Amino acid sequence: MAEMPVIDQEKCNGCGLCISVCTCKALVMVKNVVTVIETEDCGWCLQCEVVCPTGAIACPFEIVIE
Amino acid sequence: MAIEIEFLKSIPYFSGLGPAELESVRHLIFEKTAERGEVILFEDDPAEALYFVVSGAVKIFKTSVEGKEQILSIVRPGESFNDVPIFDDGPNPASAQAMGPVILYGVRRGELKATLKDHPPVALNIIKVLAERVRQLVSLVEDLSFRHVISRVAKILLEHAGDSTGPRSRLTQQEMAAMAGTAREVVARSLKSLEEEGTIRLERHRIVVTDKAALQRVAASS
Repeated sequence: MAEMPVIDQEKCNGCGLCISVCTCKALVMVKNVVTVIETEDCGWCLQCEVVCPTGAIACPFEIVIE
Repeated sequence: MAIEIEFLKSIPYFSGLGPAELESVRHLIFEKTAERGEVILFEDDPAEALYFVVSGAVKIFKTSVEGKEQILSIVRPGESFNDVPIFDDGPNPASAQAMGPVILYGVRRGELKATLKDHPPVALNIIKVLAERVRQLVSLVEDLSFRHVISRVAKILLEHAGDSTGPRSRLTQQEMAAMAGTAREVVARSLKSLEEEGTIRLERHRIVVTDKAALQRVAASS
């Protein structure tokens, strides 16, 4: 299963900015709240997290030692 | 597409203007669209207009001679950009790029000044907008000037790094920025620098510490 951005639906105000900047069609609006669609095309560009005005989207990084 | 009066009402610049006044302002506005990645205006070019974002998001940034990018702000619907050169007659202070498809309303330089003469309350609105902009930039200058971010980011990575045996921390760049006392964009640049130095490797949703000893030296430096 592909790792995907995490949406806090209580913080999401349905503005849709994240959808407009997403290049891989991983985000859709469902009942005025953004939902993530799992896709291998998500390149973790972070644009959705950057553009969100309410901090509802998180693209966390796992930190590991090689 | 017709310029929407309802949207103009929501723009801080035109706050408090009545229907007749908004109608007269509407005639000065032109619409512009931009596709994802399109540069709407370039730093140091002569300024032609200021813009309000109707839909989408615009990244405002400066680029160094070496090609490093510093994001100054993200402009969202209802907000404006490229205000400063319209009022001080200078060139564009920064570049603006569409982060996705955007619709903009623009006001040309000479026409905005005419608006101020015809509708003096707009001047107070503009002062408030610019004052808020100054406050945001002061905060960014403080972050960039006073904090040795790369050392603190290195320390955060070491503190939160897991190995194959135990649980692994997951942090967003925004969380790292909050811990480091800086802006997210500065964390992004620090991670890129650490990768270029060979101490970490950035993968899709992982930061891999490839040279722990070197990262520890960065964390310890001042």
